[in-house]
Amino acid sequence: MREITYRDALKEALTEEMERDERVFLLGEDIADPFGSAYKVTLGLSPIFGTDRVIQTPISEQGFAGAAVGAAITGLRPVVEFMYIDFTTMAMDQIANQAAKIRYMSGGQAKVPVVFRTQGGPGRSSAAQHAQSLEAWFHHLPGLLVAMPATPYDAKGLLKTAIRLDDPVMFIEQKLLYNMTGPVPEEPYTLPFGVADVKRKGTDCTVVATSMAVVKALRAAELLEQEGIQIEVIDPRTLFPLDIDTIAESVIKTSRLVVTHEAPERGGFAAEVIAQVSDKAFGYIDAPPQRVCAPSVPPPFARNMEDFIMIDEHKIADRVRKLVRSEI
Amino acid sequence: MTEIEIGTPPPDLAQEQLLAMYRRMRLIRGFENTAQRYFESGELSGFLHLSQGQEAVPVGTCAALRRDDYITSTHRGHGDVLAKGCEVQYMFAELYGRTTGYCKGKGGSMHIADFSQGIIGANGIVSGGLPMITGVGLSIKMRGTDQVAVCFFGDGATAEGGFHEALNLASLWQIPVIFVCQNNLYGLSNPWGRTAYDCDLSQRARSYHMPGECVDGMDAIAVYRSLKTAVDRARAGGGPSFVEANTYRFLGHYVGDPGLYMPKQEREEWRQKDAILKLGQQLRTWGYLTEEEDAQMAAEIEAELQAGIEYARSSPIPAPEEALTDLYIHFDYLGNPLPAENDHA
Repeated sequence: MREITYRDALKEALTEEMERDERVFLLGEDIADPFGSAYKVTLGLSPIFGTDRVIQTPISEQGFAGAAVGAAITGLRPVVEFMYIDFTTMAMDQIANQAAKIRYMSGGQAKVPVVFRTQGGPGRSSAAQHAQSLEAWFHHLPGLLVAMPATPYDAKGLLKTAIRLDDPVMFIEQKLLYNMTGPVPEEPYTLPFGVADVKRKGTDCTVVATSMAVVKALRAAELLEQEGIQIEVIDPRTLFPLDIDTIAESVIKTSRLVVTHEAPERGGFAAEVIAQVSDKAFGYIDAPPQRVCAPSVPPPFARNMEDFIMIDEHKIADRVRKLVRSEI
Repeated sequence: MTEIEIGTPPPDLAQEQLLAMYRRMRLIRGFENTAQRYFESGELSGFLHLSQGQEAVPVGTCAALRRDDYITSTHRGHGDVLAKGCEVQYMFAELYGRTTGYCKGKGGSMHIADFSQGIIGANGIVSGGLPMITGVGLSIKMRGTDQVAVCFFGDGATAEGGFHEALNLASLWQIPVIFVCQNNLYGLSNPWGRTAYDCDLSQRARSYHMPGECVDGMDAIAVYRSLKTAVDRARAGGGPSFVEANTYRFLGHYVGDPGLYMPKQEREEWRQKDAILKLGQQLRTWGYLTEEEDAQMAAEIEAELQAGIEYARSSPIPAPEEALTDLYIHFDYLGNPLPAENDHA
């Protein structure tokens, strides 16, 4: 199978869905050519679809997020790009109070087929306002669906589904994933929300990972394999809806659980996974479930400090090792 | 009592239209008086933000709209949605939290919506509807229809960032949107004069390169004319407009607020400008309405309101578990897939 980048996989999803449905359009900052968006996902789309469907907006997050909501509830299917997830704070009323709630508040009258694409995560010395991992906020909000693809294949299939769904989706990418490559079939396909993917089979410990943490968990699996420890790496792919059954079945098999993400530990998605696994499989857990996450501080600027707070394969492997050796 | 300026019958509004506007204003006033009564008696719960005094603005505005045009409204939105076409029985049912309410009891007073007639939601967040209306205008433009979208908001919203972003985008995109500011002189308790250094809103509109007009919001005919011009312009592709309607909130911010910050004399002066009294007097003077017909109309409205209250009271109370529905189209609140027939599209 051909290999393409995460960026190109996303671009293919946008292209195919815009070709398939003329109600689909894009809006966001600096998304038209020649700039083609900060991480170049939309580069090349405005010459194909025109600037009436690749709408480059002024720096006005609340304005264009609201415009997307208004367009969605009146029959269109907007795909918004927030250049950084940190900038969603400027649009939070439209995301949290409007997009997420209009259907509920109206007693089910409205449908809100909007996709909010954005990207987060540390790793490029971007400091505290360009490197956050804010998925827990959106995951906490009733009314939103949250997708966090880790591979080009998942990115394409999930984005196509997100665009076709009639519910609002927060679609969270990761800035260091854009250049990563992976197999993506030439034929069109979609992937369902709420179905986890077992990225690697194993028997000794279940490691649930999201987004960039999946990449690092798979590297940790390589390290641990040399020591005879086999971990099962599960990527839920969508935080909500969450495929807890696949995770719980894995924990029943391995009896150990580590959850890892780049976001700060306190109040994070990992805590939710552990709570739900406790509900489903408490009697099968042999050791305290572990979180390998960032400490609850903002991303610092200096490389060494940023490295210090970031998760990596060694931190994940260390924790798994301790868990498997009953040192925790 | 100040003299009401009667003028001559307007050539651009037929007798039936004027009578319908007058009736609608009285219905709104009656609806809110009734809601207030039942709220104070403890039968209704939540917040009740009343708009007595402002009726001419939504009624004059919606008289210039079609059924398939859109409006967004505010926490003080009963008048706006009734003017666009909501019926009192389903409104009351919503205020009573019944299954027959517009939002099946999930929205309440601040969130009345009826998508079937372009009422895409009142809003509990000050300025919440402003950014959204730009997307409605964009959608109209992209779909190529000749609909228009009206955004109702209060003077308080003009100090929000969303107000400025919305005006800027509407102007940039030249979309068929009319911004209707119901300036009732108070953002909760904060007087209009303490909202901005320069309180001339038509100037604000001009700074965004859109026609801005200041209109007497206590005169339904004047509001209608201003909106008619703006709506015609928008339908013809002439882009957005801004209308500031100067009006007054006769009561406090919500039921329970005595409005101590509103000077007594100011309140009395505005009461004398009551748009309902004015239009009634005009209609009688012009020979469009006899005293008997006026009284008959009042009785009919009272009967409609009472029937509405009875409808609401006798409507089913939702099962508590209904709280768990209507969140997503494709999933239940736990994330389990739902069958596709839940889609209203």
